[in-house]
Amino acid sequence: MKITIIGGGIVGALLAYELSRYAVDLVVIEKKHDFGLGVTKANSAIVHGGYDDPPGSLRAELCYKGNQLYEKLAESLGIPLKRIGSFVVARDTPEEMEKLSELLKRGEKNGVDGIEIVEKPFLEKHEPHLSKEYKYALHCTHTGITEPWTVALAALEAAEKAGAELLRGDGVIGGEVSKGNVRSLELESGRIIETDLVINAAGLYYHEVANSFGVSTPQVYLRKGQYVLLDHKASTMVNSVIFPLPSEKGKGKLVVPTVDGGVVLGPTSENMPDFTPEDVSTTLEGIKEVIEAGNELIPNIARPNWIVKSFAGLRPETQEKDFFIENSNTLKNFVTVGAIRSPGLTAAPAIARYVIEEILEQRMSLDLGRQKADQVRTLKSFRVNESDLKEIAARVKDDEKYGRIICQCNQVSEAEIIEAIRKGARSIDGIKFRTRAGFGRCQGGFCTWKIAKILSRELNIPLSEVRVNEEGTVLFDGKVRV
Amino acid sequence: MIQQLKTGVLVIGGGAAGMAAALSASRAGVEVTLLEREEKTGGVLNQCIHHGFGLQFYRQELTGPEFAYRLQNEMAQHSVKIISESYVRHIDTKNKYVEVISPEGVFTIQAKAIVLATGARERPFGALQIPGDRPAGIYVAGLAQRMVNLENTLPGKRALILGSGDIGLIMARRLTLEGMEVLGVVERLPYAGGLTRNVVQCLEDYDIPLYLSHTVVEVRGRRRLERVLVSEVDDNFKPINGTQKWFDIDTLVLSAGLIPQVEDLGENLEIDAINKGFAVSNTCETSVTGIFAAGNNVAVFDLVDYVAAEGWIAGQNAAQTVQDKKRTSKRIPLIRGKNVGILVPSYITPEEHLRVYLRLRKPMDKGTVVLKELNIEKPFQYGVPSEMINFVVNRDKLQELKKPVRIEVVE
Ligand SMILES: Cc1cc2nc3c(=O)[nH]c(=O)nc-3n(C[C@H](O)[C@H](O)[C@H](O)COP(=O)(O)OP(=O)(O)OC[C@H]3O[C@@H](n4cnc5c(N)ncnc54)[C@H](O)[C@@H]3O)c2cc1C
Ligand SMILES: Cc1cc2nc3c(=O)[nH]c(=O)nc-3n(C[C@H](O)[C@H](O)[C@H](O)COP(=O)(O)OP(=O)(O)OC[C@H]3O[C@@H](n4cnc5c(N)ncnc54)[C@H](O)[C@@H]3O)c2cc1C
Repeated sequence: MKITIIGGGIVGALLAYELSRYAVDLVVIEKKHDFGLGVTKANSAIVHGGYDDPPGSLRAELCYKGNQLYEKLAESLGIPLKRIGSFVVARDTPEEMEKLSELLKRGEKNGVDGIEIVEKPFLEKHEPHLSKEYKYALHCTHTGITEPWTVALAALEAAEKAGAELLRGDGVIGGEVSKGNVRSLELESGRIIETDLVINAAGLYYHEVANSFGVSTPQVYLRKGQYVLLDHKASTMVNSVIFPLPSEKGKGKLVVPTVDGGVVLGPTSENMPDFTPEDVSTTLEGIKEVIEAGNELIPNIARPNWIVKSFAGLRPETQEKDFFIENSNTLKNFVTVGAIRSPGLTAAPAIARYVIEEILEQRMSLDLGRQKADQVRTLKSFRVNESDLKEIAARVKDDEKYGRIICQCNQVSEAEIIEAIRKGARSIDGIKFRTRAGFGRCQGGFCTWKIAKILSRELNIPLSEVRVNEEGTVLFDGKVRV
Repeated sequence: MIQQLKTGVLVIGGGAAGMAAALSASRAGVEVTLLEREEKTGGVLNQCIHHGFGLQFYRQELTGPEFAYRLQNEMAQHSVKIISESYVRHIDTKNKYVEVISPEGVFTIQAKAIVLATGARERPFGALQIPGDRPAGIYVAGLAQRMVNLENTLPGKRALILGSGDIGLIMARRLTLEGMEVLGVVERLPYAGGLTRNVVQCLEDYDIPLYLSHTVVEVRGRRRLERVLVSEVDDNFKPINGTQKWFDIDTLVLSAGLIPQVEDLGENLEIDAINKGFAVSNTCETSVTGIFAAGNNVAVFDLVDYVAAEGWIAGQNAAQTVQDKKRTSKRIPLIRGKNVGILVPSYITPEEHLRVYLRLRKPMDKGTVVLKELNIEKPFQYGVPSEMINFVVNRDKLQELKKPVRIEVVE
């Protein structure tokens, strides 16, 4: 059986990874030039605790499960996972205390262990820089942080090793349907992909993709979240993920340490008037809002000198406020994994299991064969940044390129960049997301031209064809006068 | 496998400051090792192919590479050991011990004194908090300069420059000469950030408009940059309604300030709150004995001549440390008074002449620099923040000094 997954975000990637352990042929199709650059690229990167999703929802069912599955995932794929814990903080007022205990109760209903309400001395000990206004907090020890695009890339790499075919830079625009079955998919390039089963994991575009096959899904609308990224120096002021109390609009604007030692503030929660899935622009008000909110939780964390950049992501929302994971009742071989809003990142490994066990095997009675045991794969690339001097010395002895540091801010060597290209990076962003080169405090001011030259050399293309990301994003546009 | 090296003076960074330091230390007769993270020494000079360097240090007008070449040549004659492409991973400032990664191998160096000469980096686009899209086509000026001057490539076709620092002004002219259309230079302050001579020679001579009290308030472009919104701003840099105008461009070049590179070079070194660089005395010593600093990582200087002169002093004092010459480490604070922005040094050590470099907080028709405790008054005419005021106080005048010295500028 040939299964085609539309979308190479974290959901499509983990589906491919899980499915690659069955006796099926797999194709993953991603329309962007690289994987993991949709919703998966811009979010809070939290492996949520699972206590605040509405009991009974699919979100609640899959969030905590996903959180627990991350443990194994980190081991098998070598992805970063730091269980730094989280605090939802409250002031000493009856309303806020009430909300906090509601949250605790909700967590217990969701079957979540490892949460408790803690008091000021504990809070102060763990978060000495937290605003003195907060007296209580819901502490969750298993809340983690990860690097979402790395999860997607690693999962796809493992799937590819197991035989999956990965296509990118080519989106699905329609397909051929006959007798209630999708027979083939048509891509932007004109290419036709025959298939026995389609899984629509197109992120913000799930509704559009489903529509193009005449499949109805809940109407999607977009909710933007803006962020500010702070310098590594800010990480001395916060140890865990800090949440305000949740509200109607969601989990609120947070202070989140990142796995590589930075800190992120945000997100905002803004309903977009139109369906503009490529509009991840930031606004003055948005930037201001998250800076103020960050300073309210941790006074003086958002110092002007520490602001590295701002960015934004879009959440695919529906009226139901829940994931939509269903096989179509019009097409026999079409499954939609849509409306994967927060906590989609956390839930993704559990979503993959749910699709396989609940939808494909149970509801659709498909025989996927026996699941092969998961092997621990050592896909993790060597990182100078994370290694000790002896290990680096040994590497450099074999290959001098490990000793040539290209990104000074994040300590990334030429060898790591070349390996990223070997693993599929085709652009400045492709390198950035795989190696963290250009991700540091100078934001590529020093190393962009070096990385461009390495890309040009390794891919054997002229400098004028080196791109930042998608087609049309060239860096060098012509020659100087001679 | 980890080689262990030893040296007298270790210089980190091979720009103008570091090369001058290495040279003077070497001339004083101590063993010198210089670590440079790039393929070759020279620092920012390598890409500054315009004239305007060395009028004071060499009494001759040179291009950046020519200035660098002179220092490189002299270093070769004085057998300075240069290790290029070397990345300093860790510094133990107390014990003068560093860990280094390079293509040649991984090694450690035990030094007797260290000179930090790591220069400055450019403020990135993200730090400016300009809302809008994040398309390709936005470059810090140094990157654009590097691409044009050393790689012979152009960033685009139509450009706007944001920020009127020297690099921005120089790039406006360079891009014009190389065939790009430069629509203007936008500066949020009511005066230019760069040297007056650069405003004249780079903008006025080429009819490139300078928009003072203006800034970019929005950036648009799905893939490559398409246009930016420019607005006039009030005294608090707030955009003024009704003054907005779109510029259709594919290239935005940022010259929005340099930041001294002081990160990851030792946690315990004092940083000057205004300069944002290492707080040094007039012997160029930092808050840790035996660790010196000079150049753009102390404060952003306007002229390479000052940078080289400071590097030279740093090298001399580092050499003296190695030779165990008697040195006091007295540090008497030099305190900013009215109208003083960037100020070097932060401390006075009476044994060395006091070379003062300061930037005004605002342009002034005329004024006087006053150091009351030292009975010094230095009148000047037409002072602008972009041009440092500098003068020397002979060390004879410092001998009796005990209390902090205040420096201020009166109108
Ligand atoms: C602001 C914000 C904060 C969040 N914070 C968290 C958090 O802290 N923790 C958490 O668990 N979750 C969080 N989430 C949710 C999480 O990020 C998402 O649920 C998750 O990334 C969704 O992944 P995806 O694979 O469904 O979507 P995507 O990553 O968007 O992947 C879908 C892919 O499909 C591709 N595609 C679309 N159309 C086509 C086509 N026609 N043909 C081929 N390919 C196509 C797209 O290019 C895209 O790459 C947050 C989300 C947002 C927006
Ligand atoms: C565009 C431009 C135009 C200018 N025009 C003029 C002019 O016309 N006239 C004039 O007099 N001055 C001019 N200047 C100013 C002058 O060139 C600089 O102030 C001076 O060159 C700075 O020297 P530096 O040694 O402090 O820093 P840099 O030149 O930046 O040197 C620092 C060196 O240290 C290295 N380094 C940094 N960190 C490390 C580390 N951790 N380990 C190892 N090595 C490291 C860097 O690679 C670099 O080589 C101009 C500057 C610019 C940018």
